[in-house]
Formats: sequence, C-alpha cells, structure tokens
Amino acid sequence: MTENGVFGRILAHGGRTDPYPLYAELRTTPVTPLEDGSYVVSTYREIVALLHDPRVSSDRRNLPETFAGRETGVAGRSPAFIALDPPHHDRLRRLTMRHFGPPGTPGLVEGMRPELTAIVTGLIDALADRTRADIVETVAYPFPVTVICRLLGVPYEDEPRFHAWSTEIVETIGPGEDDMAERQRRRERAASALSEYLGGLADARRRAPGDDLISGLLTHDDAEGGMSVAEVVSTATLLLIAGHETTVNLIAGGMLTLLRHPEVLERLRRDPGLVIGTVEELLRYEPPVHFPATRVALDDITVGDVTIPRGAPIVLALAAGNRDPDHVRAPERFDPCREANEHLGFGGGVHYCFGAPLARLEAQIALGELARRLRGPRLVADPPPYRPSAALRGPRRLLVDFDGVNPAR
Amino acid sequence: MPGKGESVRVVVDLTRCQGYGQCVFMAPEVFSMSGREALAYDPDPPDAQREHVLRAAAACPVQALHVDRVSAPDPDRVPDPPSPDGDGFRRTGRVVIVGASLAGMRAATVLRREGFAGPIILVGDERGEPYDRPPLSKQVLTGQVRAHNTALPRLPDLDAEWVRGTAATGLDLGRRCVRLANGRDVEFDRLLIATGTRARPWPDAAEAALDGVFTLRTAEDAFRLRRRLGEGTGRVLVIGAGFTGSEIASVCRELGRPVTVAERGPAPLVGALGGVIGAVAADLQRTHGVDLRCGVSVTALEGEAGRLCRARLSDGDTLPVEVAVAALGAVRNVEWLEGSGLAAGPWGVACDAGCRVFDINGLVTDDVFAAGDVARLPHPLYEYQFLTLEHWGSAVAQAEVAAHNMVSGQARRWPHLALPVFWSSQFGVDIKSVGVPTFADEVMITQGTAKEHRFVAVYGYRGRITAAVTFDQGMWLEFYQGLIEQAAPFPPRFRTVDRSGAAHPVPAEVPDRVLASHGATVVVTGHDPAERRAWLVHRSR
Repeated sequence: MTENGVFGRILAHGGRTDPYPLYAELRTTPVTPLEDGSYVVSTYREIVALLHDPRVSSDRRNLPETFAGRETGVAGRSPAFIALDPPHHDRLRRLTMRHFGPPGTPGLVEGMRPELTAIVTGLIDALADRTRADIVETVAYPFPVTVICRLLGVPYEDEPRFHAWSTEIVETIGPGEDDMAERQRRRERAASALSEYLGGLADARRRAPGDDLISGLLTHDDAEGGMSVAEVVSTATLLLIAGHETTVNLIAGGMLTLLRHPEVLERLRRDPGLVIGTVEELLRYEPPVHFPATRVALDDITVGDVTIPRGAPIVLALAAGNRDPDHVRAPERFDPCREANEHLGFGGGVHYCFGAPLARLEAQIALGELARRLRGPRLVADPPPYRPSAALRGPRRLLVDFDGVNPAR
Repeated sequence: MPGKGESVRVVVDLTRCQGYGQCVFMAPEVFSMSGREALAYDPDPPDAQREHVLRAAAACPVQALHVDRVSAPDPDRVPDPPSPDGDGFRRTGRVVIVGASLAGMRAATVLRREGFAGPIILVGDERGEPYDRPPLSKQVLTGQVRAHNTALPRLPDLDAEWVRGTAATGLDLGRRCVRLANGRDVEFDRLLIATGTRARPWPDAAEAALDGVFTLRTAEDAFRLRRRLGEGTGRVLVIGAGFTGSEIASVCRELGRPVTVAERGPAPLVGALGGVIGAVAADLQRTHGVDLRCGVSVTALEGEAGRLCRARLSDGDTLPVEVAVAALGAVRNVEWLEGSGLAAGPWGVACDAGCRVFDINGLVTDDVFAAGDVARLPHPLYEYQFLTLEHWGSAVAQAEVAAHNMVSGQARRWPHLALPVFWSSQFGVDIKSVGVPTFADEVMITQGTAKEHRFVAVYGYRGRITAAVTFDQGMWLEFYQGLIEQAAPFPPRFRTVDRSGAAHPVPAEVPDRVLASHGATVVVTGHDPAERRAWLVHRSR
C-alpha cells in the first residue's frame, strides 16, 4: 500500500468511522506526496510550523492554472477571509471582529451565556416524555444553528433553504473521493445560491439595520474604512456555514465520546467544572475539523527531508497531528484532565477559528446540560452513521436511549 | 492550588502569547486587548473571576496562561536517573538563592521539580511578595491594576526558607557563605546569583531628590508614579526612549497627559532595534501626540520649594514640567560581589552557557551559578559573544538551566541556547523581537508595511539572519526564529504572503556596541603562569 493509498482510505466513506489508525499510519511519513501533486502533512510539529509559515497561502487563486481544484472566482463575489491572505484577510477579519469580540466588543460572547443556556434548556425539555432521541437532530444541530442565525440576523424560518446549500458546500470542501472539478462545480452552484440569498438579506438590512452582525458590518465605517456589500455577503456566508457545520460535530462527537467513556460522563455529572477540560480534550481527541481549507505553497518549502514545491496544494491533517505521540503523551487516551492541552482543534496562526470562543461556550453548555439532565443515557448504535465529509467529520445521527430527563435548574 | 476565598494569581507568558485573544472572550473583566494584539491583564483578579480565569487558561491556544503558578507544568519530563556526581547533592545539598524575583522563584521551583530535597534559602531585599514587573510600566501606570497587585503566584509547596527585606552584602567563596545586611552569614553548598538590576538614577542627586522626579523599576516606584500620573494634568517629561521610557510615554498619552520624550539618540528604541525600526517607533510616538525630541538631552531639572517645575533641554528649550521620569536603563546589582573573586562588574556576572559563574580570572566555578538580568552569557549563535539579556523570557529560561545544572552531573548539564525573545506594548502596538537585533548590518521588511505600523522586519549580519522584529505580527515570529536558528541566508529571497513589492534590505543603523564598563576595568598582574591573576579596578569612586 502506498502512502497515497492510506490517504485514499481515509477519504473513502469507510474511513469515516475510525480514521485514527489510518492517521497513525499516515504519520509514519510526516509529509506525504499524493498523485495529484498535493501534499498531506500529518505530524503536530510540522503542521504548527506550516500554520505559521508566511510562505503558505490560503488563497487558492495562487494555485497554478493547470490545477483542477483552482478557484476561478465568480464576478462580484470576493473570497471570504478564510480564503484570503494578509493584509486582505487581516482587514476583513478585524472588521468582522469588531462586532464579535475584542478589542471592540470583548464581552459579547460571554454575555450570550444566559441566552445559550435557555436555548439548550428548551431543546432538552422537549425530550421530556421520550426515552429515545437522535442527539444530532434534537440538540447538536438546532442549537448552534439557532445561535448563528440570531447572531447574523438570519430568519430561522429560512433555515430549510440554506441548510441544503450549506450541506452541499461543506460536503465538497477539502479533499474528497470524487473528481475535484466536479466537486468544485457543485460547490459553486450552492455558494451562488447562498450568496444570492444573503445578498437579498443584506439589501434589506441596509435599508432597515437591526442590532445583528450583518447590519453592523454594513453600517460600520471609521478611519479604517468599512466593508463593501460583496465583502459583507462573503463574510456572512462563511460565518453561516461555519456556524452550521462545525459545532454540530463538536457536540455530537462529544456526546458520542462521553457515552463511550461512561466514567467521565459520571464525573461530569458530579463536577460541572470538568466540562472545560472535557471540551478542550474533545477538540484534540475528536475535533470537528479534520482537514481545514487546502493551502498553497508560495515557494519551495522544505519540511524534514521533503520539499513541497511552489504551487503545490497542502492538506493539513489536524486530527492526525492532535494524536501525534511526539506531541502528547498517551494520545489515544481520552483524558479531560490533561494539563497544558495544546491542540489543533481550531487550527492555528492567523486563520485560527474565528468562532472558537462561541463554539467552546456552546459545547460546554450543551454537553454539561446533556450530562446533567439525561438519565441513564446509552448508545443505540456504536458506531453511529457518519456524514460523508472527511474534512468536517461528525455523526449524521446519534441515537441515544435514556430513562428520563431531569428537570431544568 | 489555593481553595475558594483566596484571590486568583495569573501570569501570562507574553513571550509565548501570540495575541489570539481567546482569554479576553472567556474572561473579559480580567483580560483585555489594547489595539490589535497587545494583551493586558489583571494579575490578581478577585476570586469571583476564578472560573472565568480557568476557562481562559484552558482556551489559550499556546497555553501561555498560568493560574496560581509561574510556568507551565512539565508532565512529560522524566527526572534524570541517579548519577554519581549529581544525585548525592540532590539529597543532601544546601542551596542559597540571592534575589527573590522571577529568576530566583523559578529556579527554586525547578530545583524541587528536579528532585532536590535539601534546604533552599531565598534571600531578597524587597519586603513584599515577589511580583511580576512587566505590568508595572503598562496596566499599573494606566490605573487598570494596582501597583501591589502584580504578585507572582504563591508557591505553597516550595518548602523554602524566605529571607525578605534583607539584602546580601557580601560573598565569601572560601567559607561558602553569603553575608546579609543584618550581619547573618548564610552558608551554601551551591549558590544562585539572581540579584537583577535596578533603575539607573538621574545622575544629579539633588535634582533626583526633587518631588516629581521618578525612576521606574519596583512596585513601589510604580505605585508612586501612578499616583502622580493619576492626579495631575501637567506635562510629563520622559528622559530616555528605550522600552520603559516609550511605554511610560504611551501610558501618558492614554491618560491624556501632555508628554515630552527627550532621547539622546537619533530615535526611540535605537539601542535595541536600530535606527530603521527606531524611525517607525518615532512615527508611532508622534502619531499619538508625543512631543518627541531626538538628539536632545536634559541638561537640568529645576524645582521650586523642592518641587520639580522646569526642565532645561540641550536644544535650548525650557519646558514647564510636573513630572519627570528618568528612564535611563538599568544598573546591575553586583556591588555585593565586590571582592568575592567572581567575574562580576558593571557588565554583569559572567558565566558559561550553563550559567556557571566565571571567577575574575575567567576560570569557571562549579558551585556558583547566575541567572536573569544580572547574568552575562556567551551565545554560540552570536559568535560566542557574552550577552546580557534583560528579558522576562530569558530570566525564566536561564533560571531553569541554572537550577537543572545545580543538581545535575557534568554529563547531564544543559546549555542555555534559547534565543532571546522580548515584547513591549506601546501606543496600541504589540512589539516582539527574537534574536539579537543589534547583531546586524542590514534590515529588511519582509511582511506588511512600516507605514501602517504592522510588519515583520528581518535583521541580517554578514549574509545570515540574526533577528526579527514584529509590530502587531506576532504569529509569524516563530517562523523567523527557525530561520535564525538555522543561520538562514540574508536577505531572505522566498515569496511570502503580505510582501510589499518595494521590500529590500537597507543598513540597519545599529549603534556601535559599547560595553557598559562605567569606570570599572580589569588589570592583570604577575609573571609566572601560576601566579598571574586578574583584578577588578574601580577608577571613578
């Protein structure tokens, strides 16, 4: 089996259930060249180095024209900051951060805690007269989606429409089994539809601004300048998709992991403070993002004894790095009390997950409440069925039987 | 870990911090960003913030945030197996540490971690608990944090004898004892010298005694200066535009006070970063409303009724000023070592890369070690030149090396090969540096632009990279650190993100390397190799 073969098995649908032994195999070659000319990096130290390497671009317009996965761009649509480099990335991210975090609005996320707790409480209350539920459908999905909709000012009634587009975009992100160009076309169609939807919403907000993030992005203007409408739409698209497709995996994967480690679940019930370390360990042990958006080498980059040539796409296997025994002791053990838990759950460098603080808080609240309120929860099927994406990995359904639901506080 | 009811002690290793801001989200009442990347925090928040602080510590992507301890635990380090020359000392030795600040505290912690079971005696001349100094010129002066609330985390398990408020006044190597100001002699088997530095005073004693003339080094200094900055509105004069002076000027502007900075050199920070980046720092100061005067010295401070009211400058100007801060750099605390026979002078305490102190003849001793601001070590990457590194990170790194080597046999000793890293936050910009920027002949901006005060500058010496400095671009620093460690070629030719087309190397305008001997010199006497000896001579006493 060639190295390429290992990565192929990771991408194949069968690799979704438990890719970790394959990651271990992948790590024996820290930088693995693939047949299509791209390179997969799978060891912790090397991934961290590339995340902080200014010769690595996130702007896929830097791929050679011959490369099938190259993004050609669509007239009137500017890439979101996740697919841009400094200084453009820094500017857009900073303008967005004004409405989400420090230095402008440092208390915003922490201030959402009561509202987030109320949403989760309502979702779990709805399970009161049941003894079986799909945790994805009932909590892990609706919770972060409700939150991101409120934050952005997107009407929750429209959710079925953009859910389909978002799913389509996510399932074609990053490396996958089928033809890159075809995946690119599918993503393009869905992205256009979502942009059009959010463009319409932006028009409405510009006429009648609310206190939501899209209104803030549209109306804010100071010495540093504001955002164009196209930039607002691409930013909102990014946040909506990221808010939809990642935290759901963190919560669902987290619940799955806790149910597989009932002793931890029991400790969490007795000691709610343990949820902080639990979520950090989940971000290491079962991260929602296994492969972030593909990078591009702007120059020849030598990593160990391999030179990644200029123009080559680079895939960073974050989930493999998180279990690198050269970085973390007993990497295959799920240990919520791990000290100094440095992980790649949110990536690193300038593209470190924008929504990380919100995702952390959502996961802490959701898992804390599920642990506290579900009586005698147990998995119906282990492993559960997984969503198709290898990049954003998580259960499609998580059926859980339980004996009842404890009352809310 | 202290239980509920006690305050929380927070230390952020700002050498590691990359400005991700996650702690600010989690505990917005304890942490804040001033500008894009510069982190400020309350080192001693109320206990009600404990859970928020713990969330913040867990969320730090680089695990730079320590709660109730000084540094990250090292769970993966397995203690060395017993060795004939190191192990006996671990059980029965007696260690004295002179200097109970960051380096001394850190060394004591590492000694215990390394399994040292003998007595540790920590001697410090300040009365209070050991504290962290970087906040003193930043969030303490702005009033966000009280001067006496920057204490370092308590170390309840250290099991050390503390001798506080008592200076060491002498060292007798023959009798292996440290003489204290109260007359007590403290015996040691191994000694760590970590006495650090003090602020260089304003040279005219009568002028320095005027009410309104300050220096800034200790918590007490910060307390007094903060009180004066908070209550008045008149002009502040900062004498010297090194890092401390520049940070004080920044605070004055933040408080809305008029401030003049008088700097003898051609620009702020020139002594540390050279003239090219110094010019950017000058622009930063002027953009923020500082009356910056370069190439200018202060010729006199004048008072009325004992109170400072005027300053005369070498450019002929006379300024009415309410407060003057002499930020003239540091003086090393080595006087107590006079006559000890060690290579200790105004240049610091010379030691090898393992922190073992040289005697005055340049022979290495085996039982006396030095760490922190007072230590002067050779660095192989910089042609083995002896460097004093007055940086927070260096104090921690040297303390760890020194403590390890104190309890380890020759074969297991560590060299201090860490690259110097330091940071400063001023005028809303986070400045970081790795390597030795003054060890350079050229400099080149490789990312960002100087005009926006947001860039990476790379320094080169004879065709190799020797340092890098970032303004609000701290996340790239480690990459450049790697290039320095590999002696990568300068100028760098590779393509990067955020590269301005005009980037090219220019002369770094680094001042001549002047050794701060200040009147002390060494002479050699004797003819026979067995009797030749070096002597330290003080010429201007």
